[in-house]
Amino acid sequence: MKIKDKSDKQKYSIFSIIKHSINNHMNWNKAWRNPSPKKSYDAVIVGGGGHGLATAYYLASIHGIKNIAVIEKGWIGGGNTGRNTTIIRSNYLWDESASIYEHSLKLWEGLSQELNFNVMFSQRGVLTVAHSEHELKEMSRRVHAIRLNGIDSEILTPKQIKDFVPIININQSIRYPVMGAFLQKRGGTARHDAVAWGYARAADSYGVDIIQNCELKEIIYKNNKITGIETSLGTINTPKLGVVVAGHSSVIADKVGIKLPIQSRPLQALVSEPIKPILDTVIMSNAVHMYISQSDKGELVLGAGVDKYNSYAQKGSFPIPQHMIAAAVELFPVLSRLRMLRHWGGIVDTCPDASPIISKTDIEGLYFNCGWGTGGFKATPGSGHVFADLIANDKPNLISKPFSLDRFDTGLLIDEHGAAGVAH
Amino acid sequence: MLNIKCPNCGFRDEIEFACGGEGHITRPNFNNELTNKEWSEYLFSRYNPKGYFIERWVHISGCRKWFNIVRCTITNEIFEVYPIGLYPKSNEGKLAFANNWRRNTKAEVIASGKHNDKK
Repeated sequence: MKIKDKSDKQKYSIFSIIKHSINNHMNWNKAWRNPSPKKSYDAVIVGGGGHGLATAYYLASIHGIKNIAVIEKGWIGGGNTGRNTTIIRSNYLWDESASIYEHSLKLWEGLSQELNFNVMFSQRGVLTVAHSEHELKEMSRRVHAIRLNGIDSEILTPKQIKDFVPIININQSIRYPVMGAFLQKRGGTARHDAVAWGYARAADSYGVDIIQNCELKEIIYKNNKITGIETSLGTINTPKLGVVVAGHSSVIADKVGIKLPIQSRPLQALVSEPIKPILDTVIMSNAVHMYISQSDKGELVLGAGVDKYNSYAQKGSFPIPQHMIAAAVELFPVLSRLRMLRHWGGIVDTCPDASPIISKTDIEGLYFNCGWGTGGFKATPGSGHVFADLIANDKPNLISKPFSLDRFDTGLLIDEHGAAGVAH
Repeated sequence: MLNIKCPNCGFRDEIEFACGGEGHITRPNFNNELTNKEWSEYLFSRYNPKGYFIERWVHISGCRKWFNIVRCTITNEIFEVYPIGLYPKSNEGKLAFANNWRRNTKAEVIASGKHNDKK
């Protein structure tokens, strides 16, 4: 094979496919290079997941800071980016959350074109069902608040739900009957790996070094100012360090004595054997604790809540999937004999108010983007966009300001447990 | 699934228990003069180590008593179970207790009496 190890500046299109088909597709460049770390960079991002790669991409494309590196302990997109249920929505209650998640959703809508990489973003709708009178009333309050923020949201009756999702069980005699639902039509799913690869390829084309198998060992700082990092591939000098490591945020923060309000918990998901298309939307239920969608391969993707205790083992406790499957079968009796193919856990960084932390720290040049908990995937473009802005300007913009770490000192929390603590 | 030895009821499955998070957090007295940041350390900041960890659990579907557990957050191995009000005896437990940054926070230094000694 003649795949070249140089920046991929060729455009993906039907014409390039035809052009390369003449040479049996032997002359494609690699989508991104595999460089060795330089001695110094203008900024280093720790963590090569979706958020980290998006941060690097926006730093290079919007802020013109191109001499940057993304270091990743394993391989890019191998952590929670490759371990989630890929749900995208922006129907959050509070204004602060609405603004960041809607910012993100708007970026999703043009992402495949912007990156010239098909992230398979599919706006198939996200339907959240209610199982009691109280939940339905709370839901309609939420829907109106969300609509006031200019985000599409509507209430469906059980009959409308049945028309929208024919396989759902709306029998009112089950233990938790479906009494209504709210729908965000612009919500949906995307291909998680493609998001990491698309951002990596686009960042690489600006000259960003993506360094895999490179672990952060120590953070070097002098007079409360970042000067560099010690990695498994040697020392790298940098005045700015952005840490985007999800479940391991506390481990990194501990190296420099920063105390985070974060707890690392496993979040589990399941994938079934592939079947013919039966579900063309995303269904979530907060009361019975389950969310489900069908991938383009035909597999049903199921997820639920986090485990109840801290763990860094990338596997969860058994009662959670058991509960998840019981809930799925009650809502969709047609799934009762479906077999599950794969089951995995990712370590998520949960915050006391279920909102993220995008913040400067007491050390100059050290920035944290963490605390996304169970719902970071949907925020990938928006999170990278505002975090790049924070790193470049050293001050938060209007969107990221409410998410700074000092909200835990002032008490200005953004309590999204209603919308975020359960299902994503 | 964790198999936890409740000090009162013996070995039971994890589903009978609820986890209360980090153990040995000392509540600051109201007359302590803590800054907002120091109060936030007590209220929100949590020790979240990759390794030995002390946490509180309650046997919610059994004796309903609280107790402490020393557990490794990488392997989920449980090293020690001991009642509330006591301190860990195992080496893993002693390490987890001593390595926690909370031991040096102002709230705990005042509570332990060391603060007054220094005066």
